[in-house]
Amino acid sequence: MAKASLYKYVLALGDDALILGQRLSQWAYKGPFLEEDIALSNISLDMFGRANLLLEYAATLKGNGTTSDELAFKRNEREFSNHIICEQPNGNFADTIVRQFFLDTFYKLFLQKLTKSKDEQLSAIAQKSIKETTYHLRHSSKWIIRLGDGTVESHAKVQSAIDNLWMFTNELFEMNEIDNEMLEQKIGVDCSKLKIEWDKIINEVLSEATLNRPEDANMPTGGRQGIHTEHLGHLLSDMQYLQRAYPDATW
Amino acid sequence: MVIEVTTASIWELLKTIPDPEIPAVSIVDLGIVRNVEFDDDQFNITITPTYSGCPAFSFMKEEIIRHLETEGITNYQINTSLAPPWTTDWMSDEVKSKLKKAGIAPPSQEVACPQCDSQNVQVISEFGSTACKALYKCNDCIEIFHHFKQI
Repeated sequence: MAKASLYKYVLALGDDALILGQRLSQWAYKGPFLEEDIALSNISLDMFGRANLLLEYAATLKGNGTTSDELAFKRNEREFSNHIICEQPNGNFADTIVRQFFLDTFYKLFLQKLTKSKDEQLSAIAQKSIKETTYHLRHSSKWIIRLGDGTVESHAKVQSAIDNLWMFTNELFEMNEIDNEMLEQKIGVDCSKLKIEWDKIINEVLSEATLNRPEDANMPTGGRQGIHTEHLGHLLSDMQYLQRAYPDATW
Repeated sequence: MVIEVTTASIWELLKTIPDPEIPAVSIVDLGIVRNVEFDDDQFNITITPTYSGCPAFSFMKEEIIRHLETEGITNYQINTSLAPPWTTDWMSDEVKSKLKKAGIAPPSQEVACPQCDSQNVQVISEFGSTACKALYKCNDCIEIFHHFKQI
């Protein structure tokens, strides 16, 4: 088995969790009210936990004494392979909740399939993560309905968030060479097949929330190949500051 | 005096380690300690995290090490396992009643107020002060309480 491909596959999943976790953590002490501040911080913590499991596994696969911290804090922007939706700015509360809703729905479907992975470690991580994601999805979809079917202002803000983030959703269902290789080996997931179910859940929730589903227009991609939006660099400069300024600093 | 260390005595020792966030119950009560085995002159202790990002998990590991070494036990190894994933189904009725006494509604589909047992309750927040709890309010006795989430 090509260990290098498995490494890249696991690393990409770890990057998704790490970058989304970092974005969510930026809400800590800035939430719209205390309970929601705690909710977003909790979800962030779950994503960091998932990132840690995946990046530790990736570090083992890479070998040569690589650590998960090195992967998180000492790679440059172009070496990160997260989906570009994960790095999009928090914006207002509606922007964050829409990003979370799109991703929670995707992760729920993705992780369900990943639990069946032939790779024991990936399967174990998926079994653990799916319980958390199910809970996250309950939280984000309830908010979509509450905001969409809420006041004129909340409706307008959540609709605008959906319209702005929609373009990043197609990337989730793309399959590259690594994905295909992992699928062939029954380790990875066929993301292209998750779209139908994803559409179904999204449509149901949007319709209950009296929100419109945008048309597909320009749908950018490239995260898995290290091509990112301008936002990732800023996020990394903040997240990696300490290890860049004081290399190998420990607690 | 030499006291023989057995897997049973290690279990007893681990039962004295409280959960750092919910000290009313031990790490054994919560099902975090999955196994203690003696093999090739070494005690292999297997633990599993409740939530993958639980910040108390590394502290629990340190506590296990501290307790073992205080007892002079040095031939041990601590392993972390993820599968099967931790579930609140591993909690015994006895443990659930300990939680209830501490004012935390034990994991259940039908959440009841730990103070007055009323099921007329409402969710205030799906997320609480720790990853494993949600915040509720009792509509009868007006008490705010935590529910240990069922997962």
